[in-house]
Amino acid sequence: MSVGLTLLGLLQSGPRHGYDLKRAYDERFGHDRPLHYGQVYSTLARLLKNGLVEVESEPGDGPERKRYAITSAGVSDVAAWLGEPEKPEPYLQSTLYAKVVLALLTGRDATDVLDTQRAEHLRSMRELTRRKSEGDLADQLICDHALFHLEADLRWLELTAARLDQLATHVTR
Amino acid sequence: MLDAPLLTADGLHLRFGETQALNDASLQVHAGEVVALMGPSGSGKSTLLHCLAGILTPDSGQVTYDGRLLSQMSDVERSALRREEFGFVFQFGQLVPELTCLENVALPLRLAGTSRRAAERTASDWLQRLEVTDVADKRPGQASGGQGQRVAVARALVTSPRVVFADEPTGALDSLNGERVMQLLIAAARDTGAAVVLVTHEARVAAYSDREAVVRDGRVREQEPVR
Amino acid sequence: MTTTAPPAAPPTTRRRRRVGPRQWAADLALGIRLSIGGGASGWTRLALISTGIGIGVTMLLVATTIPAVMGARSDRIADRPADGIWAASDEAPPPTEQSILVDHVRSDFRDRAIDGLVIQAEGSDPVRPPGVSQALAPGDLVVSPALARLMESDEGAPLRGRWSDRVTGEIGPTGLAGPEELVYYLGVEQVSNDFAMRVTAFGESGTGSSHADPTGQLLGAVGLALLLAPVAIFVSTAVRFGGEARDRRLAALRLVGADTSMSRRIAAGETLAGAVLGLGLGGLLFVGLGQIAHRLVPADLSFYPADFQPAPVLAALVVVLVPLAAVLVTISAMQRVGVEPLGVVRRAAIRRRRLWGRLVLLIGGVALLSPLRSGGDAVSANAPAIVAGVVILLVGMAVLLPWLVEAVVRRMGAGPVAWQLAVRRLQLDSGTAVRSVSGVAVAVTGLIAMHGMTAAWTAAIGDDSGADTAQVYYASTDERWITRLEQTPGVNQVGTLTSVTVESTQGGSQPVSMQVGDCATLLIGREIDACTDGDVFVAAEQGIPVPEAGSVYLLGDARDGEQQEWTMPASTHRFPGGEFGYIEMLVTPGALAGIDLDRGTTPADLRVALDASTPDAVDHLRTAVSRLDPSAHVTSGDELMTRAAETVRQLLLVATGALLVIIGASMLVNIVEQLRERRQLLAVLLAFGTRRRTLSWSILWQIAIPMVLGLVLAVATGTALAAILQTAAGAPVQFDWLGIGATTGTAALVALLTTAASLPLLWRLTRAGGLRSE
Repeated sequence: MSVGLTLLGLLQSGPRHGYDLKRAYDERFGHDRPLHYGQVYSTLARLLKNGLVEVESEPGDGPERKRYAITSAGVSDVAAWLGEPEKPEPYLQSTLYAKVVLALLTGRDATDVLDTQRAEHLRSMRELTRRKSEGDLADQLICDHALFHLEADLRWLELTAARLDQLATHVTR
Repeated sequence: MLDAPLLTADGLHLRFGETQALNDASLQVHAGEVVALMGPSGSGKSTLLHCLAGILTPDSGQVTYDGRLLSQMSDVERSALRREEFGFVFQFGQLVPELTCLENVALPLRLAGTSRRAAERTASDWLQRLEVTDVADKRPGQASGGQGQRVAVARALVTSPRVVFADEPTGALDSLNGERVMQLLIAAARDTGAAVVLVTHEARVAAYSDREAVVRDGRVREQEPVR
Repeated sequence: MTTTAPPAAPPTTRRRRRVGPRQWAADLALGIRLSIGGGASGWTRLALISTGIGIGVTMLLVATTIPAVMGARSDRIADRPADGIWAASDEAPPPTEQSILVDHVRSDFRDRAIDGLVIQAEGSDPVRPPGVSQALAPGDLVVSPALARLMESDEGAPLRGRWSDRVTGEIGPTGLAGPEELVYYLGVEQVSNDFAMRVTAFGESGTGSSHADPTGQLLGAVGLALLLAPVAIFVSTAVRFGGEARDRRLAALRLVGADTSMSRRIAAGETLAGAVLGLGLGGLLFVGLGQIAHRLVPADLSFYPADFQPAPVLAALVVVLVPLAAVLVTISAMQRVGVEPLGVVRRAAIRRRRLWGRLVLLIGGVALLSPLRSGGDAVSANAPAIVAGVVILLVGMAVLLPWLVEAVVRRMGAGPVAWQLAVRRLQLDSGTAVRSVSGVAVAVTGLIAMHGMTAAWTAAIGDDSGADTAQVYYASTDERWITRLEQTPGVNQVGTLTSVTVESTQGGSQPVSMQVGDCATLLIGREIDACTDGDVFVAAEQGIPVPEAGSVYLLGDARDGEQQEWTMPASTHRFPGGEFGYIEMLVTPGALAGIDLDRGTTPADLRVALDASTPDAVDHLRTAVSRLDPSAHVTSGDELMTRAAETVRQLLLVATGALLVIIGASMLVNIVEQLRERRQLLAVLLAFGTRRRTLSWSILWQIAIPMVLGLVLAVATGTALAAILQTAAGAPVQFDWLGIGATTGTAALVALLTTAASLPLLWRLTRAGGLRSE
């Protein structure tokens, strides 16, 4: 899961101080692993260098006074990221969740995110199904294991899709 | 290379009382391809299948099969179409309980005018192919769920249809039986060149398709073919 | 103690529970609530059950009014024949100021009977017949309202002047059997007839003549049984309506802990709800029918609306027995179905129907009917057993039918698709189809038996010899009669037949009736084709030896002393005739060989040849005769008897109509059952392109196969029953195959047409959502 892109996504709803950003991130995505300040500032520095954010200085000194805002290059990076499916593999939920929440926060169609991902999952499942029908029993068992995991992901995707309205009111509250 | 689609739904609307079952649903099915219709319960995927097969007539919008508008065909013509060009597999309750399995498979051929003997010979071949010869002379009630579903697949394919409509064909089966039915269905469809429209909510079943279309709130969110 | 003890379970749930009335009531109540709260399909089921029971209850309630209607009719006319004493006999009381002489006269108009009293007052304060308030002076005529209407109408023109032109009043309801009865009272100066009664009071002297005709009673009782048996079967069919959905609901209840007997009681409660609603509906229909029922019966059986009262005991029986029977049928039907927690097991499909248990009822029915073989006398003695026998025979037939259908269908091969679907369906489960057909079969059996009986009865009575001859009885040989009658429009020829008292010298026990008339007169009667003076024609009823030429008889009344010997001449011929045990002789004057009979004192009958092309010739003749002597009597053919048969035929027509309603309703039930049980399957079959025609035919075959078997059984049972009843009535056994064919064909046609007509509805409902099952 890309912390940089997530922070960028959070910035899209408006400029923030580094501290606010960390708090916003922890609140939504950092239940088990809150970010260190160091991580936040180093990531912001990298984004600054790549021209994806810019700094709006306020009167006064020190890092606390810097507000970060997303650039148009940053916006298009977020859009590309959200529009592109993740490689189907186990334990994707945190990334997908982040994407869905960011899509909702930035007013994009979260259903698209989910459907894109679902298509990608199905593509993998098709591949596995094909391999399974051509392979021997060992291949079949291995493929089935992967298929069941992917199916579980897909079910999560479906469930999330069904609960998007609920989620939207929750995150934008 | 893109052929003209074999079966097209264009902007279908259909309302059952208060429920808007289809709301501008569109879909294209090409010859020989397997399309999975997915979506949550009540999203309208079965209704879309029924419209594509000419069982239901949409309130507005067009279904075209092989260049012909279904809406311009009479009920008799649509019935003939379903008899000769389409095949059907449903979740359950589709076999005539009083006929034997062999007679059930022979039924579509006999409806199309084949003699009883010839129809039952062809039906027998199909039962063999689907590995259910042992229930040929039993009634559906005496066969297991998996066997019954394979008999149903045999019945759907016995007329060598150009499109097979399968509505949750594995819905009442366990994984292993479901897998087997899907493998046999898809293999047989590929051999005969039949297109398959597959309604399912199970991803592992949908994985047998070439592409999927997601139906949500009566609308199709079609994905590009991945090939 | 860290946890609180669980509350002690009530001990009753541990042990096998004794089911008290409270539990019964609670389960029944649950059943009732389930049937009412069952959503749209529950309501449909309830509506159909209650409609079926309602139709049945209506018919049963109508049947309970028969005693009241018949009783009221006969009570009112019991007074009329004036059970007086023959005025000419020695026991006759002396005339008083109140006494009157009465002659009871039958007249007719076309095919309607007219009942008349010719009344001669013997004093100043004569008694008055029922329904009139004023005394009758000679020439006064009092008529019933229906007769008054008839006399005023154009078609009643031939009646005018028949008795008198001075209509002085109308007979009130107390003097009439029913509003359509044709009755007149005529005042005369002098009753001419020797048979007049002296009457001193109406309605006190006796019970009236209850002419207990055993054949008529048998016909009535059996007819009622034949009519009600299909009703009972239909009700039992209606009760089972929609049983499958009910069973599934009960299975759900079993899952949450209802035991078998509890689920039966709940089912009984559901049925009870339908039965009670049906009773209400039947009551309403009955009240509605009460407004028009008196218009549906033949005029000769008309009654007043107020007579249409159910007999309280019988009505109470209907109210109690119908719901009870409905519940019993439900419970017995459930014996064959195991409602288990996870679904319904139909045990009947596994067990093949056995023949012997089913034949017992048929044999029992025949055994109860066996006294009938010995003829009429046994009938009145065993009437309840006979009615029971008929009912048991019919029920036995309804019970045999499922076995027959199963046995025949099992052997049927495959044919076209529609045929195959139907046959296979019947092989798997023929119950539904047979249930709807059994009512039809029983109805047809009843109709065939009834038609057979009336036809035989009519045949036994003899045919109407046609409207071109008539006899006038109690006339005299007065020339005035002949001339007057010959002037009547429509009369071609009038001849005189003189009756002669005859005794056999051989001491034969058969009474002999001899009439003397010339050849012209004898030829009017059609019995003989050729006649020359000197011929004698003789006839006797079957089984009685016909006297030969050379037999010797004594002519003349022994009491008068003047008996003369007469030998039957060689020119004696036979003719078809002979009735009521008489040896009948028609003698031409030349054959009397000079024996002189005092023609003036012997009573004479007239034979009249009529011109068939003159309308109402007979009625003009009647009027002419009545003007000569109001007590004289005219018959044309066997009017009285054929008219009674006509009345029975009309009643039969009403019954047939009612039974056709039952048949139609049965078929409707069948179609709705199809819809309920097989909606999804029909939808699937349609989905994969089955022609509606194919499905329609398969549904029709499903009805037609059991229907044909049922009708074959019905024709067999019906004709056998008719034969038994004909034997009982003393009529020759014969079958009206045309009538049987028509009855059977009509029933089959109604059934198949009802089915065919309701198919489009079936298709519409199937299309609407048979596939949307998930």
